[in-house]
Amino acid sequence: MSVFQNPFDSRFRLTGGCSCGRHATEAEHAAETRDADERAARVVEGAVMRALFPHDATRRAFLTAVGAGTAAAAVSALFPLATATEVFAQGLKPEKTDLKVGFIPITCATPIIMAAPMGFYEKQGLKVDVVKTAGWAVIRDKAINKEYDAAHMLSPMPLAISMGAGSNPIPWSAPAIENVNGQAITLSVKHKDRRDPKSWKGMKFAVPFDYSMHNYLLRYYLAEHGIDPDTDVQIRAVPPPEMVANLRADNIDGFLAPDPVNQRAVYDGVGFIHMLSKEMWAGHPCCVFSASKQFVTETPGTYQALLKAIIEATAYAQKAENRKEIAAAIAPANYLNQPVTVVEQVLTGTYADGLGGVKKDPERIGFDPFPWESFGVWILTQMKRWGQIKGDVDYARIANEVFLATDAKRLMAEAGLTPPEATTKTFSVMGKPFDPSKPEEYVASFAIRRG
Amino acid sequence: MTASLTLRAGLLSLLIFAAFVGAWHVATLPTVGAAAGDVDPEYAALVSGAAAQGAKSAFPTPMDVAATIWGHLKDPFYVRGANDQGVGIQLAYSLGRVLLGYAIAAAVAIPLGFLIGMSPLLHRALDPFIQILKPISPLAWMPLALYTIKDSNISAIFVIFICSLWPMLINTAFGVASVRKEWLNVAATLEVGGLRKAFRVILPAAAPTIMTGMRISIGIAWLVIVAAEMLVGGTGIGYFVWNEWNNLSIGNIITAILLIGLVGMALDLALARAARLVAYVE
Repeated sequence: MSVFQNPFDSRFRLTGGCSCGRHATEAEHAAETRDADERAARVVEGAVMRALFPHDATRRAFLTAVGAGTAAAAVSALFPLATATEVFAQGLKPEKTDLKVGFIPITCATPIIMAAPMGFYEKQGLKVDVVKTAGWAVIRDKAINKEYDAAHMLSPMPLAISMGAGSNPIPWSAPAIENVNGQAITLSVKHKDRRDPKSWKGMKFAVPFDYSMHNYLLRYYLAEHGIDPDTDVQIRAVPPPEMVANLRADNIDGFLAPDPVNQRAVYDGVGFIHMLSKEMWAGHPCCVFSASKQFVTETPGTYQALLKAIIEATAYAQKAENRKEIAAAIAPANYLNQPVTVVEQVLTGTYADGLGGVKKDPERIGFDPFPWESFGVWILTQMKRWGQIKGDVDYARIANEVFLATDAKRLMAEAGLTPPEATTKTFSVMGKPFDPSKPEEYVASFAIRRG
Repeated sequence: MTASLTLRAGLLSLLIFAAFVGAWHVATLPTVGAAAGDVDPEYAALVSGAAAQGAKSAFPTPMDVAATIWGHLKDPFYVRGANDQGVGIQLAYSLGRVLLGYAIAAAVAIPLGFLIGMSPLLHRALDPFIQILKPISPLAWMPLALYTIKDSNISAIFVIFICSLWPMLINTAFGVASVRKEWLNVAATLEVGGLRKAFRVILPAAAPTIMTGMRISIGIAWLVIVAAEMLVGGTGIGYFVWNEWNNLSIGNIITAILLIGLVGMALDLALARAARLVAYVE
């Protein structure tokens, strides 16, 4: 949760693994009750500190050497932190207050959805209709057609739209990640005894969309076990709400899907949870809050108010003690249209696994808005790996344009500061480290790939 | 004799219905699964009743569905947010779209059909286009419509329009082309002007065929709307079905299916009545 963490505290790593929310400091973070203004201040301060200390080790060494108080004073003297924070907090007046935001009924959209019934949009002076949408292609088209002002998308979609993969190239942005983790591989109950992926040849799997983390994670997982996802198994795109019905009808053998779909399959006795996606890559991004670049630049006040509502809702959703309340708010027919217990099991992480056991994993799903550029680079490497994009890819530039359209960066520029050059971090997927500065080598390092 | 035939037919209908519901009831009787004692109560609390017994959740019984239907009929016009509205409101949205798309289709198809019917040249020239466009499924049009029209609601109406156009067009052309030569000759002998001939001779003569086309079209339009709304979502009975599919709520889906059938029947009956008004005996 580095976005909301105190950048003047040497115990936290700003560019490190904290954003996955899995560290001991998470509990400390949850325990701290900060109001919205303080959170906004943290976002701006964090951005400034990242700009000053591109290398996190340097920042920590500096803080340890001089102490947090001195550091804060020193940095404030150099940079008008208070002004930048104020600009972010007060912001511009929204040019337009009646908005439509599209969502797909899955728990990844929790911050977008809950912000409506729980009053986060209203607090920013916005009247937002959150509109349930039938599938990813439809939400993409409706967002491109400006029927929606902003929309819930899968994290690869803004990259694909910007590059014109699967649609016309339109500059798109992902100013906030919705959720990290929160997906799972679910198999049909008839495969109870086939837990080894090496025995999955010939199976049919579903993923929500071709341009989805689900597709890339499932392919990655299969390929790591020596199964070629293109020739040994069949992977098809099925909208999440239709997955359980298809699993029940034996149309597919399993899926890597967003929740509540996995839990719903368990609830109906149709499937069991083979593994959570966090077991592959703890802290991976999934869905994003996205808007066109045009919306961002033409109505900056509205965009900023909307983003603020989303960031606040995300922070609220990250706290474990709020999860039950949120489950009750988003389960009704108007939003997810699922039994409350299903949504609650997903959000609290105390869940039935479909094999007769009850598991507890409070980090089953997490909410962290910071759009790390390295996430974008990883996604692009997988697009390249599976032949969705061809030729030379300027990984860093595209990830920067799509994933770093953050308020922090824009507001810093407005305040006359130098925005941070890079906001990347390293992580590992299924034990294999990923270095965002060497994407081409990373793609080449896989035995199973296209092209 | 006819009264007793109606009576007997009605009785037979009731019997078939009773047999159907009876079979359904028997098929959905709760099976006695594993003893409830085997299941960890903590686990059972987290899954549906059937899943706790190690089975897949069951198809609803006739009584469950009847209760669901009653629930919808009792309160058909509630609004609980943009994505959760009563089934009456959803039907009204669908009917509005269908009638609008259908009206536009009629306004295009009937005059155009007239032209095609009266001109063998136009008929020959347009025939290949009509033959290719006619069999295209509504869902195939949808991505194209969304892409070009850039509005999901207008796209749905466009799909209704494009799918209900062809039966009306073809029937109108056929009706106009097959007006009896004698009548046209009489009109020519009496030196009736073009417009007058069209409205006073050809239109009444072709009206029954045109009405048949319109009746086929309204049926198609009603079929198409459910598919179109399932795809674009938002409002309408098709969206309702999709939303309940999402929740795997079979009871609600059956309710929607029955309502779709009833409304379709009502639309068809209305056009059948209208067709009777223009029918004539030679």
